[in-house]
Amino acid sequence: MNKIKEIDEVLTKLHDGATVMLGGFLGIGAPLKCIEKIAESGVQNLTLISDVSSMPGGDFDMAVLFKNRQVKKIITSHIGTCPELLEEMKAGRLAVELYPMGTWVEKVRAAGAGLGGILTPVGLGTLVEEGKEKITVNGRAYLLELPLAAEFAFIKGYRGDRLGNVEYRGASINCNRVVATAAEYTVAEVNEIVEVGAIQPDHVGTPGVYVNAVVQGNTLAAHTDLYNERWLATGQVRTKGGGGF
Amino acid sequence: MNTREKIARRAALELKDGEVVNLGFGMPTAVPNYLPAGVHVILQSENGCLLFGPTPYAGEADPDNANAGGQPVTLLPGAAVFDLCESFAIIRGGHVNTAILGALEVDQHGDIANWARNAATGDFSPGMGGAMDLVTGAQKIVCTLQHNDKQGNSKILKKCRLAVTGQNVVNVIITEKAVFEVMDKGLMLIEKDPEISLVELKVCTEADFMIARDLRDYRMSGINA
Repeated sequence: MNKIKEIDEVLTKLHDGATVMLGGFLGIGAPLKCIEKIAESGVQNLTLISDVSSMPGGDFDMAVLFKNRQVKKIITSHIGTCPELLEEMKAGRLAVELYPMGTWVEKVRAAGAGLGGILTPVGLGTLVEEGKEKITVNGRAYLLELPLAAEFAFIKGYRGDRLGNVEYRGASINCNRVVATAAEYTVAEVNEIVEVGAIQPDHVGTPGVYVNAVVQGNTLAAHTDLYNERWLATGQVRTKGGGGF
Repeated sequence: MNTREKIARRAALELKDGEVVNLGFGMPTAVPNYLPAGVHVILQSENGCLLFGPTPYAGEADPDNANAGGQPVTLLPGAAVFDLCESFAIIRGGHVNTAILGALEVDQHGDIANWARNAATGDFSPGMGGAMDLVTGAQKIVCTLQHNDKQGNSKILKKCRLAVTGQNVVNVIITEKAVFEVMDKGLMLIEKDPEISLVELKVCTEADFMIARDLRDYRMSGINA
Protein backbone atom coordinates (compact mmCIF):
# COMPACT_ATOMS: atom_id res chain seq x y z
CA MET A 1 0.00 0.00 0.00
CA ASN A 2 1.30 3.45 -0.85
CA LYS A 3 -0.72 6.51 0.09
CA ILE A 4 1.97 8.98 -0.90
CA LYS A 5 0.63 11.12 -3.72
CA GLU A 6 1.17 14.42 -5.50
CA ILE A 7 -1.18 17.22 -4.47
CA ASP A 8 -2.19 17.82 -8.09
CA GLU A 9 -3.17 14.16 -8.47
CA VAL A 10 -5.33 14.31 -5.34
CA LEU A 11 -7.01 17.55 -6.35
CA THR A 12 -8.38 16.07 -9.60
CA LYS A 13 -11.03 14.51 -7.31
CA LEU A 14 -12.16 17.88 -5.97
CA HIS A 15 -15.19 19.38 -7.72
CA ASP A 16 -17.42 22.46 -7.73
CA GLY A 17 -19.85 22.38 -4.82
CA ALA A 18 -17.65 20.05 -2.73
CA THR A 19 -17.72 20.04 1.06
CA VAL A 20 -14.20 20.56 2.36
CA MET A 21 -13.08 20.30 5.96
CA LEU A 22 -9.82 21.95 7.00
CA GLY A 23 -7.58 21.14 9.94
CA GLY A 24 -5.58 23.83 11.68
CA PHE A 25 -6.45 26.69 13.99
CA LEU A 26 -6.03 30.30 12.87
CA GLY A 27 -3.31 29.21 10.46
CA ILE A 28 -1.37 27.03 12.92
CA GLY A 29 -1.24 23.47 11.62
CA ALA A 30 -2.99 24.62 8.44
CA PRO A 31 -2.47 22.63 5.21
CA LEU A 32 -0.99 25.64 3.43
CA LYS A 33 0.24 23.88 0.25
CA CYS A 34 -3.10 22.13 -0.29
CA ILE A 35 -4.96 25.41 0.20
CA GLU A 36 -2.68 27.08 -2.35
CA LYS A 37 -3.44 24.31 -4.84
CA ILE A 38 -7.19 24.43 -4.15
CA ALA A 39 -7.02 28.15 -4.91
CA GLU A 40 -5.12 27.48 -8.14
CA SER A 41 -7.57 24.75 -9.18
CA GLY A 42 -10.36 27.32 -9.32
CA VAL A 43 -13.09 25.01 -7.93
CA GLN A 44 -16.20 26.99 -7.03
CA ASN A 45 -19.08 26.95 -4.56
CA LEU A 46 -17.19 25.18 -1.82
CA THR A 47 -18.68 24.61 1.59
CA LEU A 48 -15.80 24.99 4.05
CA ILE A 49 -15.92 23.37 7.46
CA SER A 50 -13.25 24.89 9.68
CA ASP A 51 -13.22 25.40 13.43
CA VAL A 52 -12.08 29.02 13.10
CA SER A 53 -11.05 31.14 10.12
CA SER A 54 -7.64 32.38 8.94
CA MET A 55 -4.71 33.61 10.97
CA PRO A 56 -5.56 37.17 12.16
CA GLY A 57 -4.87 39.77 9.52
CA GLY A 58 -5.76 37.65 6.50
CA ASP A 59 -3.64 37.11 3.38
CA PHE A 60 -2.61 33.75 4.83
CA ASP A 61 -3.89 30.17 4.74
CA MET A 62 -7.59 29.88 3.84
CA ALA A 63 -8.02 33.63 3.20
CA VAL A 64 -7.16 33.17 -0.49
CA LEU A 65 -10.23 30.95 -1.00
CA PHE A 66 -12.50 33.82 0.08
CA LYS A 67 -10.48 36.34 -1.88
CA ASN A 68 -11.00 34.19 -4.99
CA ARG A 69 -14.72 33.87 -4.19
CA GLN A 70 -14.53 30.08 -4.17
CA VAL A 71 -16.55 29.60 -0.98
CA LYS A 72 -20.35 29.81 -0.71
CA LYS A 73 -20.68 28.71 2.89
CA ILE A 74 -18.55 28.26 6.01
CA ILE A 75 -19.45 26.15 9.06
CA THR A 76 -17.31 27.42 11.94
CA SER A 77 -17.20 28.94 15.43
CA HIS A 78 -15.52 32.26 14.60
CA ILE A 79 -15.06 34.45 11.53
CA GLY A 80 -13.66 37.67 12.97
CA THR A 81 -10.00 37.19 12.05
CA CYS A 82 -10.23 36.92 8.25
CA PRO A 83 -10.88 40.21 6.39
CA GLU A 84 -11.35 38.41 3.05
CA LEU A 85 -14.08 36.23 4.59
CA LEU A 86 -15.84 39.25 6.11
CA GLU A 87 -15.81 41.01 2.78
CA GLU A 88 -17.52 38.04 1.12
CA MET A 89 -20.09 37.83 3.90
CA LYS A 90 -20.88 41.56 3.81
CA ALA A 91 -21.28 41.33 0.03
CA GLY A 92 -23.93 38.65 0.56
CA ARG A 93 -21.96 35.95 -1.26
CA LEU A 94 -21.08 33.85 1.78
CA ALA A 95 -23.37 32.04 4.22
CA VAL A 96 -22.08 31.50 7.77
CA GLU A 97 -23.24 28.77 10.13
CA LEU A 98 -21.90 29.15 13.67
CA TYR A 99 -21.45 26.63 16.48
CA PRO A 100 -19.66 26.99 19.80
CA MET A 101 -16.06 25.85 19.34
CA GLY A 102 -16.31 22.80 21.57
CA THR A 103 -19.60 21.80 19.97
CA TRP A 104 -18.03 22.07 16.51
CA VAL A 105 -15.24 19.62 17.39
CA GLU A 106 -17.66 17.18 19.02
CA LYS A 107 -19.95 17.28 15.96
CA VAL A 108 -16.95 16.39 13.80
CA ARG A 109 -15.88 13.70 16.27
CA ALA A 110 -19.41 12.24 16.20
CA ALA A 111 -19.27 12.00 12.41
CA GLY A 112 -15.91 10.25 12.47
CA ALA A 113 -16.80 7.97 15.35
CA GLY A 114 -20.12 6.67 14.07
CA LEU A 115 -22.26 8.47 16.63
CA GLY A 116 -25.73 9.82 15.96
CA GLY A 117 -24.92 13.13 17.64
CA ILE A 118 -23.85 14.52 20.97
CA LEU A 119 -25.65 16.05 23.97
CA THR A 120 -24.14 19.28 25.28
CA PRO A 121 -25.26 21.97 27.72
CA VAL A 122 -23.29 24.58 25.77
CA GLY A 123 -25.53 27.11 24.06
CA LEU A 124 -28.55 26.63 26.33
CA GLY A 125 -30.31 29.94 26.85
CA THR A 126 -28.67 31.45 23.74
CA LEU A 127 -29.39 31.79 20.01
CA VAL A 128 -27.59 28.45 19.52
CA GLU A 129 -30.71 26.70 20.85
CA GLU A 130 -32.80 27.74 17.86
CA GLY A 131 -34.28 24.85 15.93
CA LYS A 132 -32.55 22.21 18.04
CA GLU A 133 -34.00 19.39 20.04
CA LYS A 134 -33.58 19.66 23.83
CA ILE A 135 -33.17 16.43 25.74
CA THR A 136 -33.31 16.08 29.52
CA VAL A 137 -31.04 13.48 31.10
CA ASN A 138 -31.10 12.96 34.88
CA GLY A 139 -32.88 16.27 35.28
CA ARG A 140 -30.36 18.29 33.24
CA ALA A 141 -31.15 19.83 29.86
CA TYR A 142 -28.88 19.35 26.85
CA LEU A 143 -28.95 20.30 23.19
CA LEU A 144 -28.81 17.54 20.63
CA GLU A 145 -26.09 18.42 18.12
CA LEU A 146 -25.83 16.31 14.98
CA PRO A 147 -22.71 14.87 13.30
CA LEU A 148 -20.75 17.06 10.89
CA ALA A 149 -18.95 15.27 8.05
CA ALA A 150 -17.32 16.27 4.76
CA GLU A 151 -16.42 14.79 1.41
CA PHE A 152 -12.81 15.95 1.70
CA ALA A 153 -10.57 16.75 4.64
CA PHE A 154 -7.19 18.44 4.40
CA ILE A 155 -5.01 18.20 7.48
CA LYS A 156 -1.43 19.16 8.29
CA GLY A 157 1.05 16.98 10.16
CA TYR A 158 4.78 16.97 10.81
CA ARG A 159 5.75 13.56 9.42
CA GLY A 160 3.80 11.01 7.43
CA ASP A 161 4.49 7.58 5.95
CA ARG A 162 3.12 5.56 3.04
CA LEU A 163 0.63 3.79 5.32
CA GLY A 164 -0.89 7.18 6.08
CA ASN A 165 0.31 7.43 9.68
CA VAL A 166 0.75 11.04 10.77
CA GLU A 167 2.84 12.50 13.58
CA TYR A 168 2.16 16.04 14.83
CA ARG A 169 4.47 18.67 16.30
CA GLY A 170 3.60 20.80 19.28
CA ALA A 171 0.17 22.37 19.47
CA SER A 172 -0.39 22.02 15.72
CA ILE A 173 -2.39 18.85 16.34
CA ASN A 174 -5.29 21.23 17.25
CA CYS A 175 -8.24 20.35 14.95
CA ASN A 176 -6.23 18.10 12.66
CA ARG A 177 -6.68 14.88 14.59
CA VAL A 178 -10.46 15.02 14.69
CA VAL A 179 -10.88 16.48 11.19
CA ALA A 180 -8.91 13.53 9.76
CA THR A 181 -11.63 11.16 10.97
CA ALA A 182 -14.70 12.77 9.46
CA ALA A 183 -14.30 12.85 5.67
CA GLU A 184 -14.77 10.38 2.86
CA TYR A 185 -11.32 11.31 1.56
CA THR A 186 -8.63 12.64 3.90
CA VAL A 187 -5.44 14.25 2.65
CA ALA A 188 -2.54 14.73 5.08
CA GLU A 189 0.01 17.39 4.14
CA VAL A 190 3.26 16.88 6.03
CA ASN A 191 6.64 18.55 6.44
CA GLU A 192 8.46 15.24 5.94
CA ILE A 193 7.56 11.99 4.27
CA VAL A 194 9.38 9.19 6.10
CA GLU A 195 9.86 5.43 5.83
CA VAL A 196 7.36 3.15 7.50
CA GLY A 197 8.63 2.55 11.03
CA ALA A 198 10.28 5.96 11.37
CA ILE A 199 7.32 7.24 13.37
CA GLN A 200 7.26 5.49 16.75
CA PRO A 201 3.89 3.78 17.26
CA ASP A 202 3.15 5.89 20.33
CA HIS A 203 3.91 9.08 18.38
CA VAL A 204 1.29 8.38 15.73
CA GLY A 205 -1.31 11.14 16.20
CA THR A 206 -3.54 10.07 13.33
CA PRO A 207 -3.44 6.37 12.45
CA GLY A 208 -3.18 5.68 8.72
CA VAL A 209 -6.63 4.10 8.72
CA TYR A 210 -8.17 7.59 8.51
CA VAL A 211 -5.88 8.86 5.77
CA ASN A 212 -6.25 8.37 1.99
CA ALA A 213 -3.34 10.46 0.75
CA VAL A 214 -0.10 11.83 2.18
CA VAL A 215 1.35 14.80 0.33
CA GLN A 216 4.55 16.81 0.70
CA GLY A 217 4.09 20.26 2.20
CA ASN A 218 6.72 22.83 3.16
CA THR A 219 9.84 21.35 4.77
CA LEU A 220 10.13 22.02 8.49
CA ALA A 221 12.86 24.59 7.81
CA ALA A 222 10.74 26.47 5.24
CA HIS A 223 7.67 26.15 7.51
CA THR A 224 9.62 27.63 10.46
CA ASP A 225 10.91 30.54 8.37
CA LEU A 226 7.46 31.24 6.91
CA TYR A 227 5.76 31.58 10.31
CA ASN A 228 8.62 33.54 11.84
CA GLU A 229 8.53 36.01 8.95
CA ARG A 230 4.76 36.34 9.26
CA TRP A 231 4.90 36.90 13.03
CA LEU A 232 7.75 39.40 12.71
CA ALA A 233 5.85 41.33 10.03
CA THR A 234 2.66 41.41 12.14
CA GLY A 235 4.43 42.34 15.40
CA GLN A 236 3.62 39.10 17.23
CA VAL A 237 7.12 38.39 18.56
CA ARG A 238 9.27 40.16 21.13
CA THR A 239 12.42 42.04 20.33
CA LYS A 240 15.39 41.56 22.66
CA GLY A 241 15.17 43.87 25.63
CA GLY A 242 11.42 44.34 25.15
CA GLY A 243 9.19 43.41 28.05
CA GLY A 244 5.70 42.11 28.38
CA PHE A 245 4.09 38.74 28.57
CA MET B 1 -2.34 54.22 34.70
CA ASN B 2 -4.74 53.41 31.91
CA THR B 3 -8.09 51.70 32.40
CA ARG B 4 -6.97 48.42 30.88
CA GLU B 5 -3.98 48.08 33.19
CA LYS B 6 -6.13 48.99 36.18
CA ILE B 7 -8.68 46.31 35.35
CA ALA B 8 -5.96 43.73 34.63
CA ARG B 9 -4.29 44.47 37.99
CA ARG B 10 -7.60 43.95 39.78
CA ALA B 11 -8.46 40.80 37.83
CA ALA B 12 -5.05 39.31 38.77
CA LEU B 13 -6.23 39.28 42.40
CA GLU B 14 -8.98 36.79 41.48
CA LEU B 15 -6.42 34.08 40.71
CA LYS B 16 -5.06 31.62 43.24
CA ASP B 17 -1.76 29.78 43.13
CA GLY B 18 -1.94 26.60 41.06
CA GLU B 19 -5.22 27.40 39.33
CA VAL B 20 -5.95 26.42 35.74
CA VAL B 21 -6.89 29.68 34.04
CA ASN B 22 -8.27 30.57 30.64
CA LEU B 23 -7.92 34.16 29.46
CA GLY B 24 -10.15 35.71 26.83
CA PHE B 25 -8.90 38.24 24.31
CA GLY B 26 -8.39 41.91 24.98
CA MET B 27 -7.87 43.04 28.54
CA PRO B 28 -7.64 39.56 30.10
CA THR B 29 -4.44 38.71 28.18
CA ALA B 30 -2.55 41.33 30.24
CA VAL B 31 -3.49 39.71 33.58
CA PRO B 32 -0.39 37.42 33.88
CA ASN B 33 1.78 40.56 33.93
CA TYR B 34 0.34 41.44 37.33
CA LEU B 35 0.09 38.16 39.24
CA PRO B 36 0.78 38.72 42.94
CA ALA B 37 4.09 37.35 44.28
CA GLY B 38 3.85 33.62 44.92
CA VAL B 39 0.88 33.09 42.61
CA HIS B 40 1.65 30.84 39.66
CA VAL B 41 -1.15 29.74 37.41
CA ILE B 42 -1.46 27.20 34.62
CA LEU B 43 -2.70 29.00 31.53
CA GLN B 44 -5.00 26.96 29.32
CA SER B 45 -5.62 27.81 25.71
CA GLU B 46 -8.60 26.62 23.62
CA ASN B 47 -6.39 25.53 20.74
CA GLY B 48 -4.85 22.85 22.92
CA CYS B 49 -2.21 23.66 25.49
CA LEU B 50 -1.68 23.96 29.21
CA LEU B 51 1.14 25.95 30.80
CA PHE B 52 2.14 28.19 27.97
CA GLY B 53 4.57 31.00 28.69
CA PRO B 54 5.74 34.35 27.36
CA THR B 55 5.83 35.47 23.75
CA PRO B 56 9.00 34.22 22.01
CA TYR B 57 11.68 36.51 20.63
CA ALA B 58 11.84 37.37 16.94
CA GLY B 59 13.23 34.50 14.89
CA GLU B 60 12.85 32.02 17.75
CA ALA B 61 9.15 31.23 17.45
CA ASP B 62 8.09 27.61 17.01
CA PRO B 63 5.71 27.61 14.02
CA ASP B 64 3.55 24.95 15.68
CA ASN B 65 3.01 26.54 19.09
CA ALA B 66 0.55 29.41 19.38
CA ASN B 67 -2.22 30.61 21.64
CA ALA B 68 -5.93 30.79 20.86
CA GLY B 69 -5.33 34.06 19.01
CA GLY B 70 -2.86 32.51 16.57
CA GLN B 71 0.00 34.35 18.28
CA PRO B 72 3.25 32.50 18.95
CA VAL B 73 3.86 31.30 22.51
CA THR B 74 6.59 29.46 24.37
CA LEU B 75 5.78 26.36 26.38
CA LEU B 76 6.99 26.24 30.00
CA PRO B 77 8.51 23.12 31.61
CA GLY B 78 5.58 20.83 32.45
CA ALA B 79 3.42 22.09 29.58
CA ALA B 80 1.09 19.75 27.74
CA VAL B 81 -0.28 19.99 24.20
CA PHE B 82 -3.35 18.14 22.96
CA ASP B 83 -6.09 18.34 20.37
CA LEU B 84 -9.30 20.38 20.54
CA CYS B 85 -11.50 17.49 21.68
CA GLU B 86 -9.28 17.18 24.75
CA SER B 87 -9.10 20.94 25.17
CA PHE B 88 -12.87 21.30 25.28
CA ALA B 89 -13.24 18.24 27.49
CA ILE B 90 -11.05 20.20 29.92
CA ILE B 91 -13.23 23.30 29.50
CA ARG B 92 -16.72 21.77 29.44
CA GLY B 93 -15.80 19.12 31.97
CA GLY B 94 -15.18 21.69 34.69
CA HIS B 95 -11.38 21.35 34.83
CA VAL B 96 -10.70 25.07 34.33
CA ASN B 97 -10.80 26.88 37.67
CA THR B 98 -11.19 30.43 36.43
CA ALA B 99 -11.91 32.07 33.08
CA ILE B 100 -11.39 35.81 32.74
CA LEU B 101 -13.42 37.13 29.82
CA GLY B 102 -14.03 40.45 28.17
CA ALA B 103 -17.63 41.46 27.48
CA LEU B 104 -19.73 43.90 25.52
CA GLU B 105 -22.46 43.79 28.17
CA VAL B 106 -23.13 42.07 31.48
CA ASP B 107 -26.25 42.18 33.64
CA GLN B 108 -27.46 41.81 37.20
CA HIS B 109 -28.51 38.20 36.60
CA GLY B 110 -24.97 37.22 35.64
CA ASP B 111 -25.79 37.05 31.93
CA ILE B 112 -22.88 37.99 29.65
CA ALA B 113 -22.87 39.10 26.01
CA ASN B 114 -19.52 38.96 24.26
CA TRP B 115 -19.94 37.39 20.83
CA ALA B 116 -22.73 39.04 18.86
CA ARG B 117 -22.91 42.70 18.03
CA ASN B 118 -26.05 44.61 17.21
CA ALA B 119 -27.37 43.27 13.90
CA ALA B 120 -29.83 46.17 13.71
CA THR B 121 -26.96 48.63 13.23
CA GLY B 122 -25.37 46.46 10.54
CA ASP B 123 -22.53 45.29 12.76
CA PHE B 124 -21.32 41.77 12.05
CA SER B 125 -20.92 39.15 14.74
CA PRO B 126 -17.50 37.52 14.85
CA GLY B 127 -18.85 34.34 16.38
CA MET B 128 -18.78 32.81 19.82
CA GLY B 129 -15.52 30.86 19.43
CA GLY B 130 -14.95 29.06 22.72
CA ALA B 131 -16.76 31.62 24.91
CA MET B 132 -20.00 29.65 25.30
CA ASP B 133 -18.07 26.52 26.27
CA LEU B 134 -16.08 28.51 28.83
CA VAL B 135 -19.07 30.14 30.51
CA THR B 136 -20.76 26.75 30.69
CA GLY B 137 -17.81 24.77 31.99
CA ALA B 138 -15.34 26.91 33.93
CA GLN B 139 -15.83 26.88 37.70
CA LYS B 140 -15.57 30.66 38.06
CA ILE B 141 -16.25 33.34 35.45
CA VAL B 142 -14.69 36.76 35.90
CA CYS B 143 -16.05 39.36 33.51
CA THR B 144 -13.82 42.37 32.78
CA LEU B 145 -15.07 45.41 30.90
CA GLN B 146 -15.14 49.18 30.93
CA HIS B 147 -17.98 50.46 33.08
CA ASN B 148 -19.47 52.70 30.38
CA ASP B 149 -19.34 52.96 26.62
CA LYS B 150 -17.96 55.97 24.73
CA GLN B 151 -21.32 57.75 25.03
CA GLY B 152 -21.31 57.14 28.77
CA ASN B 153 -23.99 54.44 28.71
CA SER B 154 -23.70 51.75 31.35
CA LYS B 155 -22.46 48.34 30.22
CA ILE B 156 -23.63 46.86 33.53
CA LEU B 157 -27.29 46.40 32.70
CA LYS B 158 -30.52 45.23 34.27
CA LYS B 159 -30.85 42.84 31.33
CA CYS B 160 -28.44 42.25 28.43
CA ARG B 161 -29.71 43.67 25.14
CA LEU B 162 -27.29 41.87 22.81
CA ALA B 163 -27.50 38.13 22.18
CA VAL B 164 -26.06 36.46 25.28
CA THR B 165 -23.14 34.05 25.56
CA GLY B 166 -24.67 32.45 28.64
CA GLN B 167 -27.32 33.08 31.27
CA ASN B 168 -26.57 33.34 34.97
CA VAL B 169 -22.93 32.36 34.53
CA VAL B 170 -20.83 35.33 35.71
CA ASN B 171 -19.42 35.28 39.26
CA VAL B 172 -17.43 38.53 39.43
CA ILE B 173 -17.65 41.76 37.39
CA ILE B 174 -14.60 44.01 37.30
CA THR B 175 -14.67 47.48 35.75
CA GLU B 176 -12.30 50.41 36.24
CA LYS B 177 -14.80 51.89 38.71
CA ALA B 178 -16.01 48.97 40.78
CA VAL B 179 -16.05 45.27 41.54
CA PHE B 180 -19.34 43.39 41.90
CA GLU B 181 -20.07 39.87 43.01
CA VAL B 182 -23.01 38.22 41.30
CA MET B 183 -25.19 36.62 43.94
CA ASP B 184 -28.51 34.78 43.74
CA LYS B 185 -30.32 37.92 44.85
CA GLY B 186 -28.44 40.26 42.52
CA LEU B 187 -25.23 42.27 42.33
CA MET B 188 -23.22 43.09 45.43
CA LEU B 189 -20.76 45.98 45.25
CA ILE B 190 -17.65 44.81 47.07
CA GLU B 191 -15.05 47.36 45.95
CA LYS B 192 -15.23 50.89 44.61
CA ASP B 193 -12.70 53.38 43.30
CA PRO B 194 -12.37 55.88 46.17
CA GLU B 195 -12.31 58.74 43.63
CA ILE B 196 -15.95 58.01 42.77
CA SER B 197 -18.81 58.55 45.19
CA LEU B 198 -21.56 55.98 45.65
CA VAL B 199 -24.02 58.43 44.16
CA GLU B 200 -21.85 58.86 41.06
CA LEU B 201 -21.52 55.10 40.74
CA LYS B 202 -25.29 54.65 40.92
CA VAL B 203 -25.78 57.29 38.23
CA CYS B 204 -23.40 55.59 35.79
CA THR B 205 -24.66 52.05 36.50
CA GLU B 206 -27.95 50.84 35.02
CA ALA B 207 -28.05 47.62 37.04
CA ASP B 208 -29.40 47.56 40.56
CA PHE B 209 -26.84 46.62 43.17
CA MET B 210 -26.52 46.08 46.88
CA ILE B 211 -23.60 47.43 48.87
CA ALA B 212 -21.44 45.07 50.86
CA ARG B 213 -21.20 45.83 54.56
CA ASP B 214 -17.43 45.56 54.26
CA LEU B 215 -17.18 47.64 51.07
CA ARG B 216 -13.51 48.23 50.27
CA ASP B 217 -11.49 50.60 48.19
CA TYR B 218 -10.60 49.23 44.73
CA ARG B 219 -7.56 46.98 45.03
CA MET B 220 -4.85 46.46 42.43
CA SER B 221 -2.16 43.81 42.39
CA GLY B 222 1.28 45.33 42.93
CA ILE B 223 -0.15 48.67 44.12
CA ASN B 224 -2.36 48.33 47.18
CA ALA B 225 -2.87 44.57 47.43
